[in-house]
Amino acid sequence: MSEHLSALIVVLPLLAAPVCLLLRQTRMVRAWTSIVAWACLCMALTLLERVHTGGVITYAMGGWDPPLGIEYRLDALNAYLLVIVTAIASVVFPSGVILTDTSLPEGKAHLYFAALLLCLAGLLGITSTGDLFNVFVFVEITSLSSYTLISLGKNRQALTAAFSYLVMGTIGGTFLLVGIGFLYQVTGTLNMNDLALRLPELLGSRTILAGFAFLMVGGSIKLAVFPLHQWLPNAYTHAPAAVSAFIAATATKVSYYLLARIIFTVFGAAFVFDALHLHWLLMPLAIAAMFAGSLAAVFQTDLKRLLAYSSIAQIGYMTLGLCMASETGLTGGIVHLFNHALMKGGLFLAVACVVMRTGSSSVNAISGLGRKMPLTMAAIVVGGLSLIGVPGTAGFISKWYLVVGALERGWYAVSVLILLSSLIAVVYVWRLVETAFFGVPEHEVCEVPWTSWLPTWILIGATLVFGIWTDVTVGGASAAARALLGVTP
Amino acid sequence: MEALGIWNYWGVVLLMMIGLYTVIARDHLVKKLIGLGIFQVAVILFYVSMGKVTGGTAPIIPEGADGSEVYSNPLPHVLMLTAIVVGVATLAVGLALVIRIREAYGTVEEDELQRQNRAGS
Repeated sequence: MSEHLSALIVVLPLLAAPVCLLLRQTRMVRAWTSIVAWACLCMALTLLERVHTGGVITYAMGGWDPPLGIEYRLDALNAYLLVIVTAIASVVFPSGVILTDTSLPEGKAHLYFAALLLCLAGLLGITSTGDLFNVFVFVEITSLSSYTLISLGKNRQALTAAFSYLVMGTIGGTFLLVGIGFLYQVTGTLNMNDLALRLPELLGSRTILAGFAFLMVGGSIKLAVFPLHQWLPNAYTHAPAAVSAFIAATATKVSYYLLARIIFTVFGAAFVFDALHLHWLLMPLAIAAMFAGSLAAVFQTDLKRLLAYSSIAQIGYMTLGLCMASETGLTGGIVHLFNHALMKGGLFLAVACVVMRTGSSSVNAISGLGRKMPLTMAAIVVGGLSLIGVPGTAGFISKWYLVVGALERGWYAVSVLILLSSLIAVVYVWRLVETAFFGVPEHEVCEVPWTSWLPTWILIGATLVFGIWTDVTVGGASAAARALLGVTP
Repeated sequence: MEALGIWNYWGVVLLMMIGLYTVIARDHLVKKLIGLGIFQVAVILFYVSMGKVTGGTAPIIPEGADGSEVYSNPLPHVLMLTAIVVGVATLAVGLALVIRIREAYGTVEEDELQRQNRAGS
């Protein structure tokens, strides 16, 4: 049983999704999805523990040995990602705001939960598999279920947002498929580790270069790297708030993992950065994302859209960590991935609480709510401080590592730019604080029930805890960075 | 002339570009989906032609085989079964969205949808 854990963590939510259709009653389906998410979290924690003590776990799917069969391969990075994804799922799924803001017809909620579980299964699949074609299949499972989830938003704009995400996402997924095809054509294998062994002697080939380009562009569309981010603000704005919380905290993180895996494990940092100089392309884009995302966030009048633009900026920080290709830089990127998942998940849940009470997600909706909904507003303030990177919050830790990573590489200008762009975050966070605590109340509302504020505070509280107690996050991330760079600890 | 010898790839690239152009240039959402379908089919053809071996037969080992048979590589073909399923699922979700968009907006022309979205927000 226990040796099958790495397959079971993907199979469980996949098989649990159809069970939702049998249970039908909203209350039972809700309990069921939460139990599945918690079970996955337990498995992920066990796997992380096992990877840290016993090294890489490989699992031959169906007993077919790699490279012919599909291999599930967990190292310090995948196991870390599995914990993030399942932790977010197990907080968001049971949350009281999960159905807020949706346009579900009466008695159809079980389908929504089935889509959530499928999305979770896809994300966990991308993370654990060691086979490139399998990655494509799971990317599509994730994408298809997230189109469905996004289209369930309350406003009709959710439909057009989901449609344009579908078009962009399918193009991105198909680009990944073309890239995988090019690699397969030259090497005759789909297994990532086998590819890593066979690629070095073929790296000059134009087919490989074209394959690499297709994989990078496909992955960047999924990650929403600036300027390929156009689908993201609309999708996050119009999706149900809880779905935004789940997708913002997990889907882009898993795409980030995929890019890192392709760059470092499959092609190797030497080829990508020393021969192709990818960082001279990615770094300006990352910096542009940091500024454009933050600046756009300042001018938004909708809370969810504000957070979505801030997500683009945060993706910029993570990509910057990727470009540094050093242990400190990658650690910064991966820790930021963890911390951003916590704070963006928490902030979107807090917005979901606001929507639950006021029925609107505009910035004016929180006017004067500081007294009416103190817990929710405090969550927004703490989450916002963490976005800025104030010491004592998790955001500070990751930015610290990024700045140190930039200094180590001698990129002094970049470290200044990281700090400057954080200052822009002060502006949009202050706008929220000012509206919430100094505005005139527009709505006669009371605090949300504990089932709604508790999940928000679990995530927001975690950003405070991991802002001070960094052993777990930074330790796990630097182990992951070492695994990526192929350094033995 | 070497470049012309790989005509199957030229066909793939042509189809891909037709598909991508349709997605970008057409306003009608169903036409966009058709373009997306052509785009995906191009990739499927790319894989299928990749697996073909000149003079090769179907990858079934006949009775009394001595190992000298030439047969096509079955793996890319099998992979494409999955990709076809993905393509069909995407198309189904896309068309379902188009139906809901039509119900909500009364149109499936993109410029009209954008006009309504701007007017609404």
